[in-house]
Amino acid sequence: MVQSEAVSSAIRRALPDAQVSVEDLTGGGDHLQVTVVSAQFEGLTRIKQHQLVYGALREDLASEAIHALALTTSTPG
Amino acid sequence: MDSQTKERIQTLIQSSPIFVFMKGTKLMPQCGFSNNVVQILNALGMSFETFDVLSDMEIRQGIKDFSEWPTIPQVYVKGEFMGGSDILIEMYNSGELKEKLEIELAS
Repeated sequence: MVQSEAVSSAIRRALPDAQVSVEDLTGGGDHLQVTVVSAQFEGLTRIKQHQLVYGALREDLASEAIHALALTTSTPG
Repeated sequence: MDSQTKERIQTLIQSSPIFVFMKGTKLMPQCGFSNNVVQILNALGMSFETFDVLSDMEIRQGIKDFSEWPTIPQVYVKGEFMGGSDILIEMYNSGELKEKLEIELAS
């Protein structure tokens, strides 16, 4: 289990301009709904956008500390 | 990932125009995210084949490395990775998925 705040900061380390919102769907910290808005997604396919975010959370996903992550990415404006 | 696992994955994704790596089976998905993908493809009337990653640890880990994608389900169309549950839902809701699948399957 990880804290929502730790998830946000890991994503912002990889994407410093990102606006990140994390919703803990079950209260258990392992089923998260994450929305990331970043200018760095500009021109990237959705797959590439999601891979950038997954990259930031690689360890938590590999260890299954985060079991389920629903992800939405977009660019600002 | 060993070369044998890689070959098995390549054979699987070529075995059907739409191929889904999921937890559980079409009739009994073992995870809500896998279920989402099955329901979407069924709603579009698509025929597709699936592989239950819970039945095979080599494929379960191998497909994550193969696609550079850390989560299951994973959807392949004509041998190309199309995305996981979130992307499929988004594309379904926008109508993009139906359009894209029709084009891919017609060619």
